[in-house]
Amino acid sequence: MSADRPTTPDRDHGSTDAAVVLEAAVVVMGAFPALAGVDLRVRRGTLVGLRGPNGAGKTTVLRLCAGLLRPDRGTARVLNVDVADDPAPLRWRVGYLGHSNGLYDDLTALENVTFWASTVGAGRGDVDAAMAAMEISDRLRDVRVRHLSAGQRRRVALAGLVARRCELWLLDEPHTGLDVDARDQLDRLLRAGADAGATVMLSSHDLDRVDAMVDHGVDLVAGRVSREVRR
Amino acid sequence: MSTPPGVVATARMIAARDLRIEWRARVVMNQVIPFAAVTMVLFAFAVDDTGALGRLAPGLVWLTVMFSLLLCAQRAFAIESADGALEALRVAGVDPVGIFLGKAAALAVQLLALAAVMVLAALILYDLDPPAGGVVLLVTSAICATCALAATGTIYAGLAAGVSGRETLLPLLVVPVVSPVLIGATRAVEAALGTGGTAVADGWPWVGLLAVVAVASAVVGALTFGSAIRD
Amino acid sequence: MTTPTTPRSTGTRATRVIGIAAIVMSAWLTLFGLVLSPADVAQGDAVRIMYVHVPSVWLAYLAFIVTAICSVWVLVARGRVPGVDRVAGASAEIGVVFMAVTLVSGMLWGRITWGVYWQWDARLTTTALLFITYIGYLAVRGLDGSPEQRARRSAVVGVVAVAEIPLVHWSVRLWRSLHQEATVLDTDLDVDIDGLMLFTLFVGVIAFTLWFVWFVLHRARVMALAALVEERSLDEALAERAAEVPAGGQN
Repeated sequence: MSADRPTTPDRDHGSTDAAVVLEAAVVVMGAFPALAGVDLRVRRGTLVGLRGPNGAGKTTVLRLCAGLLRPDRGTARVLNVDVADDPAPLRWRVGYLGHSNGLYDDLTALENVTFWASTVGAGRGDVDAAMAAMEISDRLRDVRVRHLSAGQRRRVALAGLVARRCELWLLDEPHTGLDVDARDQLDRLLRAGADAGATVMLSSHDLDRVDAMVDHGVDLVAGRVSREVRR
Repeated sequence: MSTPPGVVATARMIAARDLRIEWRARVVMNQVIPFAAVTMVLFAFAVDDTGALGRLAPGLVWLTVMFSLLLCAQRAFAIESADGALEALRVAGVDPVGIFLGKAAALAVQLLALAAVMVLAALILYDLDPPAGGVVLLVTSAICATCALAATGTIYAGLAAGVSGRETLLPLLVVPVVSPVLIGATRAVEAALGTGGTAVADGWPWVGLLAVVAVASAVVGALTFGSAIRD
Repeated sequence: MTTPTTPRSTGTRATRVIGIAAIVMSAWLTLFGLVLSPADVAQGDAVRIMYVHVPSVWLAYLAFIVTAICSVWVLVARGRVPGVDRVAGASAEIGVVFMAVTLVSGMLWGRITWGVYWQWDARLTTTALLFITYIGYLAVRGLDGSPEQRARRSAVVGVVAVAEIPLVHWSVRLWRSLHQEATVLDTDLDVDIDGLMLFTLFVGVIAFTLWFVWFVLHRARVMALAALVEERSLDEALAERAAEVPAGGQN
C-alpha cells in the first residue's frame, strides 16, 4: 500500500520531524467556523495537550489531523500527507479516539484488540505486547467489554491503537469519565507511548493535569491558537 | 512490517466478527425470529381461510423476511455506531468494499436462518404438503434472495447509520428497491412448495432473476458503499 | 476567492427566452389538445389525457436519468462538485412532481378506458415504485450533514434507483406474463394515432421539456444562491471569531 512508501522530506518546512503542520487552517461545521485559522507545528514523539473552553476547536483539530475533516481554507499536513488532497495514505498510521472508544460491547477485550489489530494485519505478538503495555490483566482479557469500567474500556481502546502501531494518537478528552487513579494510570501510559516514539495529541478541560504531563501545551480560543508552551 | 489485509480477508474478518457478536448477543435469534414467527401467526388471523393461507404462504414468508431485514440491517449498524466503531473503521482505513461485503455476508447468513425458520413455520401453521423434488429449488432461491436482500439492506443501513430519523427512513429506501426480490422469491418458493399450482421446474427462471438482482445489488453496493458511509 | 456580485434574480436572458417559449408551447398544446385535435374513434375525448400523460412520463424519466448521470458524476468526483449535485437535486424534485402527474393522469385515463384505476402492468408498477424511490431520494437530501456528505449519500440513492428501473420492470413483466387475463386489457397506451394527434403529442413533449429546463435552471440557481449566502456568512463568522480572540483570553 501507498502508506508504506518512505516519507519524503517536507520541502516547505525543511524537515521530517513534524508530525502535524497546520497553516491558517479553517474548518467549517455547517455555517460555523470551528477553526478560524489555526497555525500549529507538532514534533514527532512529543506529548501534546490541547486546552481551551468548549467550542474552542479542540475536537476539530483532532478530527482534522485524523483525516476525518478537510480544511476549507489553509493547509493541513499530517505525517507528511496533505489532508486536503487525499487522506487515504494517512489512514491506519493514525489512531483517533473520540468521545467513544470504537469497541464492540459483546466482544471480549482480547477479541476487540485482536479485531483492530487485524484491520492492519498485525498479529498475535502485537496484540499481546499492546495488552501488556496498557496493563490489561489476563483476568480482564476475556471479559466482555460491556462489563468493563470506563477506565478499562479506555485502556482496551488504546491497546487497539498500540497493536496497530499507530504513529499518531489523537485522543479527544481521554480523561472524561475516569476516576483519579485511572487518570493517573492513563497519563503514565500516554507518556510511555510518547517515549516509545508515538506522537500523542490529547485534548482536555483539566488544565493543571495537562500542564503537568505534556511536552507541548496549546491553548485554543475561538478557533485559533492563542498561546503555546514548549518544554 | 505487517501489511493490511485485502478485500476478501477484510470481508471475512468483518463477517466473522458480526456473526460472533450475534452468537453472543442473540438479538436476531431471541428477538427478530420470535417477531417474525408471531407475524406468521397474525397472517392466519388476517386471512382466516386455510386454503387461501396455503396459497399465500410463499408471499407471506418473504414479506416477513423483508420486515425482518429492516430490523436486522438496523441492528447490524447499531453495533457499529454504538461506540463509534464505524468512524474508527474509517479512520483506520479499512477497505469499505471489504466492510460492505463482510456485513452483507453476515446479514445474509442471519436472514437465511430466519427464512428457514419461516418456511418451517409456514409448513406447520398453514398445513402445506410440499412435493419432494422442490428442496433444491427452495434452498437455491432462498440463498439468492437473502443475498440480494442483505446487499440492499447493507447499502441503505450503512448510509443511514448514525443519522437521526434513520428508523423511518430505512424502510422507505429499502422496500421499493427489494420489490423484484419479493416477486422472484415468492414465485420460486411457490413452485418449490407446489402452492401455486405450478410445477417445480417453473421456479428456476425466478432463481435466475434473483441471482441477477443479487449480483447487481452486490456490485452497486461495492461501488457505492464507501461514499455512503463517509463523513 | 472572489465573491461574485449577487444577481437580483435567478433569471437570465436564456431562462427568459426558455420561459416565454414554454408558455407559447403550452398555449399551443392547449389549443391543439383541447380544440383542434379530433376525439379518438374508440376512446372519445379521453384520448386528450394523453397529451398531458405522455409528455409527463417522458419528462419524469428524463429527470431521473439526469439525476442518475449527475449522481454518478458526484460519486466519481467524491462529492466535490456542488454544481452537479444541485442539478441532480433540482432534477429529482421536478421529476417527482411530473411522476405524480403521470400516475394521476394515467389512472384517470385507465378508469375511463379500462374501467379500473389500476392495472398490474409492468410500466405502471415500475413507475409507482420509482415514484416512492425518489421520494426516498428527496428524504435523503433532507438529512443533516455537510454538503459533501449530502451530495454523496443522495448520489448513492440516485445510482441504486436507476439500477432498480430495469430490474423492477423485468420482474413485474415476468410475473404478469403468467397471468393471461392481462392481455385482455392489453390495449395499452398505444392508440390508433393520426397525424394531428401525433403532432399534438410532439408539441406537448416540447412544451414540458422547456418547462423542465426552465425549472431546473432556476431551482439549481436558487440552491447556488443559498450556498453563496452560507459562504458569505462564513466570512462574517470568521471575522466575528477573530474579534473574540483579544477580548476572549482565558475563560
